[in-house]
Formats: sequence, structure tokens, C-alpha cells
Amino acid sequence: MTPLVEIRDLHVEFPGPSGPVPAVRGISLTMGREKLGIVGESGSGKSVTGRALMRLLPRQARIRAAALRFDGVDVATAAPATMRKLRGARMGLILQDPKFSLNPVMRVGNQIAEAWAAHRKGGAQEARDAAFALLEQVLIRDPKRVYDAYPHQLSGGMGQRVMIAMMLAPDPDLLIADEPTSALDATVQAEILRLMDRLVSERGMGLILISHDLPLVARFCDRVAVMYAGRVLEELPASELHHARHPYTRGLLECLPRLDRAVPRLPTLARDPTWLG
Amino acid sequence: MMIEVRALDVRFGSVHAVRDVSFAVAAGESFGLVGESGSGKSTVLRTLAGLAADWTGYMAMDGQPLGRRRSRAFFRRVQMVFQDPYGSLHPRQTVDRILAEPLAVHGIPDGESRIRRALEEVALPRAVRFRYPHQLSGGQRQRVAIARALIADPTVLLLDEPTSALDVSVQAEVLNLLADLRAARQLTCILVSHNLAVVAHLCGRLAVMQGGRIVETLETAALRAGKAQHPHTRELVALSRDLEE
Ligand SMILES: Nc1ncnc2c1ncn2[C@@H]1O[C@H](COP(=O)(O)OP(=O)(O)OP(=O)(O)O)[C@@H](O)[C@H]1O
Ligand SMILES: Nc1ncnc2c1ncn2[C@@H]1O[C@H](COP(=O)(O)OP(=O)(O)OP(=O)(O)O)[C@@H](O)[C@H]1O
Ligand SMILES: [Mg+2]
Ligand SMILES: [Mg+2]
Repeated sequence: MTPLVEIRDLHVEFPGPSGPVPAVRGISLTMGREKLGIVGESGSGKSVTGRALMRLLPRQARIRAAALRFDGVDVATAAPATMRKLRGARMGLILQDPKFSLNPVMRVGNQIAEAWAAHRKGGAQEARDAAFALLEQVLIRDPKRVYDAYPHQLSGGMGQRVMIAMMLAPDPDLLIADEPTSALDATVQAEILRLMDRLVSERGMGLILISHDLPLVARFCDRVAVMYAGRVLEELPASELHHARHPYTRGLLECLPRLDRAVPRLPTLARDPTWLG
Repeated sequence: MMIEVRALDVRFGSVHAVRDVSFAVAAGESFGLVGESGSGKSTVLRTLAGLAADWTGYMAMDGQPLGRRRSRAFFRRVQMVFQDPYGSLHPRQTVDRILAEPLAVHGIPDGESRIRRALEEVALPRAVRFRYPHQLSGGQRQRVAIARALIADPTVLLLDEPTSALDVSVQAEVLNLLADLRAARQLTCILVSHNLAVVAHLCGRLAVMQGGRIVETLETAALRAGKAQHPHTRELVALSRDLEE
């Protein structure tokens, strides 16, 4: 069977003042219709990996891979029209900065309706109803007001949920969610994750969850890839994340503040040059 | 009291975003604001910073009542880190320019060494200094915003989800840095975060918001000891505990 996502030996570089700067250095990941978590420190290449798979990197980025496939389609060489059709319709990306990715001068409800209509059959009224339903699904309390609001009129967590609704509208096969719940309180976060979980199990969607929240990923995902400096340092079942042995992963777990007890000073990571590989 | 807010109401047209909110923060204290998405946390901070027009009530900073406008001197003492780091950084300015600006505005000398120190404090590599915001990762952008807030040595920091875009190790570094600054300079902070463990780590007291109102104000020790009263607080604690298991 063709895997939903196949990445083999992916490299991404950006031009720098003194030569190319590597952002991703030889990543390999294969996944089916499951929940894959990607964790790792800031700048380790998580977002760049997700964007490479959607071919959404800036033009100056240099990409090289032995394989970069979505459901058998070679993302590296596919025609722009093919990619446009895949994006939105079959693969969705929830971005880290929701307000940046929403159109600032268009009412958010219309943006969701548009995303829905672009890939499904139905009239304007149907698109409107679908957009309403999606706002309700992501637990927006007053969908009527939010439908007619502009992005700057929304709170951080509302913007994030609008973005999620927009990406769910076309019913994608793969959702790449980059810190999708980082601005949400625990109650809404739990609900959004339940919604995504349902989409994975009922519609067979694949989910890549990029997050800094290790406990969340451990609880929610099937598998986790731990990234460091553009590489995958280790890959393990999510349920075993708390018992990870790699000192980097352990370090990430140990610098979390806890609610059950106070610690005077938080431990930070002591990076080991050998991790660079 | 360094910050005093009494009976604050804020409206955006027909939206009544903040309702009868009161709290006070002593000099050198860190105060947390938590609560459901859309409950008005950012609006409280933005109103303190002079960024919301339609408000009623009483606000004072270091004993001085706050009017409609904020002076330049106010922003020398009070800095804010916004929830949306992308929106708050000028897209056509390099990190260097972004950090140099507050120094120029307030006529602060030693620009070069201050910029270098500010980047170090938030664990940003030197290489990012001449990049633009879109050339940085999400967490790197957030650290630029924190560095910009700290560079002019403010006495009050208004922090809106300052660590939610940071990885846990940088989050730990930033929280340690804030604790050090508080000890060294009597820095006063209001910290908005959806992460209860983060708020509990930095703040001695916190208020819980829902629907524009403060529904409970309590000591962190009471929160940790499971003594929260309001159902919304209890729910947030339960979910946070659940993940710590
Ligand atoms: N357009 C760009 N030009 C130059 N360098 C870039 C560009 N975009 C990203 N980078 C660099 O590539 C590296 C990986 O970035 P990426 O955004 O993937 O990090 P990340 O793991 O998602 O981090 P975070 O958790 O902070 O979001 C970083 O060092 C970043 O500065
Ligand atoms: N400029 C604006 N115009 C209209 N309504 C606004 C504006 N800014 C905020 N609001 C509304 O005010 C309410 C409170 O928003 P606020 O941003 O303070 O919430 P928050 O508690 O910070 O939420 P979050 O945790 O999601 O960031 C929301 O209903 C929001 O839609
Ligand atoms: Mg990222
Ligand atoms: Mg907010």
C-alpha cells in the first residue's frame, strides 16, 4: 500500500551571508492515516519540514530529497496546478501564526465558506451553513458574531480556531497542524484535539501534529519524532515519550514547570555537540 | 501598589469584552491572568497599555491615574509583549533595527552592547541579528519580541502568552530570566497564559477570567493545593493535572 506520506533523506537549505544555511539535514519519515507528533526545540526544522511537504517554502529555499511523496504524488516535481489542487483540497496546513495566514480585510466566516466552496459542490447558502457548522465544531461561542468579524476583532484563540475550521472545511486527507492549540485554554484545547481525533479515526485522515507540548503529544499522538538541529534524533511510540532515554528528549521533559509542585529554578538544556550527528 | 485597576469595563462597539474587572499588583510582584479563550485577558493588558479607546473605570500606575493617552515616559517604564509576535514585529525591519528602535526613542546609550546582551538573554544566536522576522522560526520571533521589551530596562512588563510559541527549553530560560530580573530590579509583571503551570511558576497570585469577568482571584499556593473554588478554575486545574500524569 502507498503510504500517505513518504519523506526520505530530505534536506532544506536557505542562502545566508556566508553560504547556504541548512535548516533540515536528512530527515526520513513515513506515515499512514495516523497521528504523528513532531517535537523538538525552536529552530530545529519542524515547520520547514511541514512546509516542504506542501511545497510552501519561500523561493530561495533549496530542497533535495530521495523521496518527498504525498499519497504517491511526487511533491518535489509535481506541476504547480497539481500542487494547488492538493493543497487545500487534500492536504491542509494550520499555521503557527493564525492572524498572519488569514486575510485581514475579509470577514472570517466568508473565508471559511470560500475554503469550503473551493473544493466541494454546493451553493452560497450551503457554504455559509457549512462555515457556521464548522465554527460551532471548533467551539466558537457566538458563531454569528464571529462569522461577520474581521481577524483583528478576534482574540488569539479565536483566530487559531478560525484557521482550524478553514483547514477542516475541505475535508482533507492530511492535516499538518503547526502548534494548533498553543493559544487555547485547556478546555478548548481538549475539545479541538477530540475533534481532530475523530477525523482521524472516522474519516481516516492523517495528522502531523507539530508541538512544543510534550505531555500533550504523548497523550494524543500514536508516534513521535523528536527533532534536533534539522534531524530526527529519535522516533518512538507516543506512549513511551515520558520514558524516552535520549538525554535531549529527557532534557526537554525536565524543563517543564509543573502544577503539582513548585520548583525554585527550572532546569535548562545542556546541549551536547555529539547530538549534531 | 504599582498597578491598580478598579471597576474596568471595555467595549468594542456592541461587544462588552471586559466587565467590572478589579485587581492590584504590588511593586516587584508577578500577577497571573488565566481563563477561557475570548474572556478578555488580552483586552485588559491592551487597555492598560493605552491600546483600547472605549473604557470606563479607574487605572493607575505607581499611584498616577491613567488617562486616555500614554506618554513616552510611560513606555520607558512599561513594556508589553504581544500575543501575536508576527503582527507586533515590523516585517521590513531587521532584528537589529527592531531592537535599536526603543533605544533611539528613549535616548539610551550603549546600543551595541545592549543589543548583544538582549539577544543573549533570550538565547538567540548572533546570526539572527540581521534577519527579517519572516526568516525566523516562530519561537525565534517570540524571543525577538521579548528582547525588544526588555532592552530599555522597563520596571513593568505586560506579557501576553510570552512563552506559548517557545519550546520548553527556551521557555525555561525565559522564565528563569524573568525571575532573575524581578529579583535584581524589582520588576513588576502581569502574565497572561493559558498554561497554568507556567503562571504558577512565575506568579504568586492569579485571577481567573470568564466572559469578561474575573471569577476568582487566588494565591498560587492555594491553586497548587487544590483549593480553587470556581468551577472554571477547577476544570482548568483538572485538565492541566491530567496531562502531567
Ligand atoms: N525564510 C527563511 N530564511 C532563512 N532561514 C529560515 C527561513 N525560514 C526558516 N529559517 C530557519 O530554518 C530553521 C528551522 O526553522 P523552523 O521554522 O522549521 O523551526 P521550528 O522547528 O518550526 O521552530 P519553532 O518551534 O520556533 O517554530 C531556523 O533556524 C530558522 O531560522
Ligand atoms: N478590536 C476588536 N474589535 C471587536 N472585538 C474585539 C476586538 N478585540 C477583542 N475583541 C473581542 O473581545 C473579546 C475578548 O478578547 P481578548 O482578546 O481580550 O480575549 P483573550 O482572553 O485574550 O482570549 P485568548 O485567550 O483567545 O487570546 C473577544 O470576544 C473578542 O472577539
Ligand atoms: Mg515552527
Ligand atoms: Mg489573548
